[in-house]
This record gives sequence, structure tokens and C-alpha cells, in this order.
Amino acid sequence: MLRFIVRRLLVAAVTLAVISLVTFGLFFAVPSSPAKVMCGKNCTAADIAQVEERLGIRDPLPEQYVAFVRGIAVGRTFGEGDFRRECPAPCLGYSFRNDQPVTEIVAQRAPVTISIVGGAAVVWILLGVSLGMVSALRQGTVFDRMAIGVSLAGASMQVYFFGLILLYVLVYSTGLLPFPSYTPLTEHPGRWALGLLLPWMTLGFLNSALYARLARAQMVETLSEDFVRTARAKGLPRRQVYGRHALRAAITPIVTIAGLDVGTALGGTFITETIFGLQGLGKATVEAVQFLNLPVVMATVLLAAIFIVVANIVVDLLYAVIDPRVRLS
Amino acid sequence: MSDTSHPTLNRAGESPDPMAEVNSPVDVIPVHRRREIVGRSPGQLAWLRLKRDRTALASAVTLVVAVCVALAAPAIQWLTGIDPTDKFVDQLNDFGMPLGYAGGISSDHLLGLEPGSGRDILLQLVYGLRTSLFIAFVSAVLASVVGVAVGIVAGYARGWLDSVVSWVIDVTLAFPFLIFALAVIPIVEDRFFTAREAPPPSFRIALIIATFGLFSWTYTARLVRGQVISLREREFVEAARAAGAGTGHLLLRQLLPNIWAPILVTLSLNVPQFIAVEAALAFVNIGVTEPTPDLGRMIYNSIGYVASDPYYTLFPGLTIFVLVLAFNLFGDALRDALDPRSAR
Repeated sequence: MLRFIVRRLLVAAVTLAVISLVTFGLFFAVPSSPAKVMCGKNCTAADIAQVEERLGIRDPLPEQYVAFVRGIAVGRTFGEGDFRRECPAPCLGYSFRNDQPVTEIVAQRAPVTISIVGGAAVVWILLGVSLGMVSALRQGTVFDRMAIGVSLAGASMQVYFFGLILLYVLVYSTGLLPFPSYTPLTEHPGRWALGLLLPWMTLGFLNSALYARLARAQMVETLSEDFVRTARAKGLPRRQVYGRHALRAAITPIVTIAGLDVGTALGGTFITETIFGLQGLGKATVEAVQFLNLPVVMATVLLAAIFIVVANIVVDLLYAVIDPRVRLS
Repeated sequence: MSDTSHPTLNRAGESPDPMAEVNSPVDVIPVHRRREIVGRSPGQLAWLRLKRDRTALASAVTLVVAVCVALAAPAIQWLTGIDPTDKFVDQLNDFGMPLGYAGGISSDHLLGLEPGSGRDILLQLVYGLRTSLFIAFVSAVLASVVGVAVGIVAGYARGWLDSVVSWVIDVTLAFPFLIFALAVIPIVEDRFFTAREAPPPSFRIALIIATFGLFSWTYTARLVRGQVISLREREFVEAARAAGAGTGHLLLRQLLPNIWAPILVTLSLNVPQFIAVEAALAFVNIGVTEPTPDLGRMIYNSIGYVASDPYYTLFPGLTIFVLVLAFNLFGDALRDALDPRSAR
């Protein structure tokens, strides 16, 4: 078990190193100097040099990369003399646009994305799995057929279309919900939930389609297995057989996909955030990219990769917890 | 769906055991029916199954119509006499909203006008369909070609080459594809063009296709690698090798024909994914640039008008939905037809 975790962590570290290297190499191949843009029109060469020094982009690329990684691990200092500033670990540099520390930007934006994804994941997993389970238990009925149809359509629906439909129907037309907004959970839990209900519904409904299909297929397969028949034959009540025995065996692949989906979504749900005007990580990436604000882009891409890699490890560990047949080695 | 529901298929697929015929008179096939037994290739069998599938038929018709409309875009332009870039500003009110009902739908403008710019939605849609389908098809083919090449080499090579390729696949899969695509496209463009000279639309399109191809070959590669590994020890490969066949012949003539089915399925399921992702990129302004019409950008432009003119959102949104749904259904049907054992 421990060996498994250590090995997975090592692989994860190497993967992240490669991703950061590729991203860094690509991004810093950009020729236009951000220092020139920041400095403005009446700028001498010395001024530009000073700004570049402040931003830490004067050294050759490999040295910049080493400094970047060191900054994340132990922090770094930018500039000299009056312009000297300490950037404590984990240091991701400063925004090219407004000189804000990138760590601060991420800390501001991440809770929004985490709130959106967290709530939506609860909706899509609960809705999807229960829909799939019920249709598996009632194979061939009208309910089953309808559920299959809806999930087929839902799997082909796009967030940008469905979100706008919900926005039109629930906000503009009927006024049932307010326009989405973000209030920190700690500030006002009620307003937090109300403001994020629409994105939760959008992402939740659409993603649940895939889960319903998967859960149904898994459940149908599990129900035909011997241990389910044995459990029924022993006289266990239906609820216990389906809810405990069958569901536990059927849910393993769903956990895999759910874990990876959540990991990917945490990297930024930029479409949802754009539609509903929420200032999450995805929106931050979109904005940063448009202004070639590289330190922010670097941070969000790296963060998204970290989420995916961590989700992979968590899923593998969860496997062993949920399914007693799985042994980690 | 199982084979037993297709009596004709069974007859064609598995020729009855001659001994069984002799021993059990019930199973003896009458002479006049026995002539019908003709050998059918797996491809023909799949084609038969596909033809019998109503979902496949419906989605195929939808797709053919979509492709025809996209191809016939200049004809539609000629018929209506409207250019996709024409701006009918005189038919907008002072606030830039189309006059008339339902977003300015009239006999001249069958799907109405875009608020703000006053362009004809039908023509934008038809030309946008072209952009979408072109990018999705070319990217899917590119991803498949790269994936097949890499997968077949990795599966056949064994040893360090296989390890390296598998590792590259793993790392690429860990890349946050959408976020990365979002970041790569403007940055690469900035490398080649300064802010003053706008890059030609073809450059952006090529960039999008390259990004899609570069990050989506992994799935095909993994699949092909697995298939090749399971096939390379089979007798027919052994026989070909014993007969003195070269590596190229083994890979292309012996192995590839046996794995085209899953490749075709991934290819057909990749297309709707690319349509959706391309529109998603356009949705955040990283997609195809003006003036090339694009479905995703239409939806993006429509966000501000959702409350006042929902039809502007509806038409491109529905188009993408129907297109993606048809491709997904067709891909599923294709998988069922090519591999009847894989029950959904």
C-alpha cells in the first residue's frame, strides 16, 4: 500500500515536471516583451530593463525555469534595491497586468471554481447514479426508455447552449432565480447556494447523463452476477441486495470517471464561468490569455494539471476502499 | 442486442456444422435454402447490421443533410442572394434589435437577423456549419492517423520504444487539454504575428486543428497499441513472418486490417467532440476569428441578447446540438454494428 502510494507520487511529480517544462518553454517563447507594454510609451531602455528585472524575465530561459520552480518550493526575491520584493513560497510570480502576486489571484479565484464544481458534482453523481440504478431495476419499462432517451440527448448537449436556455427560462423569463453570483460560503451559506444554483443545475444535469448511462450498464451487469442471486436466495430484502451488494460492486467504474471529471473540472469551468459571469479559475485563464499574462496562465495550467494528477491518485486509492476485490500493488 | 435476434445473420455468419446436419434431421437445411449460404466478410456483416439499425439510419440521414448543406453553402448564398457578411442595418431598430417577430424572421431572412450587426442568421449558420465540420473532420483524421501510427509502432516494437511511447501517452493524458488549448492558441499566434497585423483566418484554423490533433491522438494510440499487442503473437502474424514478410508488410497488411473497426469508431466519436470543443473555444474568443462565420462564436455573441432576442442563441445552439447528437448516435450504432458483443 505504502509502496504503491510512493510510486504513484513519484510518477505524478515527474509528470507535473514535464508539463510545467513544456508549458514554460512554450509560453516564454513569446517575443513581445511584457515589460514594454507595462512601461508605456515614454520609456527608456533602462526603464524597460528595470521592469524586466522586477518581473524576473531578464535571465535566459533555463535559469528562469529553475527560478520559477525554486519560487514554488522555497520562495524567491524579485528585483534589487528599492524594487526588491520578497515572494514567499509557493511563489508563482506577479501578474504582468497589475503586478498582483499570482498566488493571491489563485487564492481569490479557486474558491469560486471549487464551489461551482463541488455543488455540481453532488448533483451529477447523485442524479446520474440514482437515475441509472432505477432504470436498471426497471429495464424495458417506459421509465427506462425515457431515462435512456434523456441521457442520450443530455450527453450531446453543450454547456454553452443549455446554460443559456436555463438562464433565459429561469432568470429572464420567469424570474424564479436571481442572476448567478458568488458569495463566500462563510459569509452567507444561503446566498452562496442560491447564487450558484444555476451553474450547479447546468453542469449537474448535463454531466449526469453520462453517469446515468454508465450506472445503468454497470448495474444491469452486476444484477446478473451470482452473488446478487445468492443474496436474494438467502432471503435478504431487495433494498439491501440492490442498495448494498449490487451498488457497491457497480459503483467502482463510476468512481473512476467521477474522480477524473471532478479533477478536470476543478482546473476551470471556463464556459460555465463565462456564461454566468463568475470570477473563477477558468475565467481568470481566459482573461489572462487574452492579455498574454503569462505568469497567471502558467499558474492556472499547472494547477489544472495538478488537479488531474491528484484526482488520478485519489481514484486509485478509493478503488481499494470501495471494492474489496481490488488489491493495490 | 444479441446475434440471436437476427436469424439471417446467424445463417450467414456461422455455417452449420455438417455433422450436426446428418445426425439431427431437424437441423437439416433444405437444399433450396442452402444455396443462400454465401460467405460474407466481417465488413459486409457490419454493413448489414448497420442498415437494419433505425437509429443509425436517422442519424446518418441527418449527417448527410448537414454535410450537403455545408457543401452547398455557396448555392444557398446564390439562391437567397445574401452574402454572409451583408449587414441589414436598415432592418434593425435604434437599439440594434431586429425589427419584426422572433428575431426578424421574414421571407427574406428565414432565421432572422443577428442583433447588433444585422447579418443574416441562416447564412451565418450555413457557413458556420462549414467551418465546424471542416475543423472537426480534419482534426479527427489527423488525430487518428497520428494515433494509429504511434500505437502500431509502440505495440509492435516492445522494449524501450514501447515504454517511452506509453509514458508520453500518459503525460499527454494528464495535460489539461481545454485549458492548454486555450492558452496555446493566442500565444503561438503572438509568436508569428504582431498585434498590428491580424493573422489570416486560415492560420487560426490551422492552429486549432494542430492543437486538437496534437492532444487527441492519445486515445487512439492507446487503443491501437493494446490491439496490436494482443494480435502480434497470433498465428497469422507468425505465418507471415515465417514466409519472410518485412516489418512494413506485417504492420500495414497484416495487423492494420484487423484493427480498423475500433479505429473507425473512435474516429466517428472524435468528430462530435471536436465540434463541441471548437465551439467552446470560439465561445471564449479563442476560436475562428471574424469574418469567418462560426457557430460557437455566434452563441458567444448572443449571450448579451439572451433576454431580448433568444432566437439568436437558439438557432446556432440547436444546430450544434443536433449535429453532435447525430454524430454520437451514429458512432454508437457503428460500434454496435462492428462489434455486436459490446452491448451497451
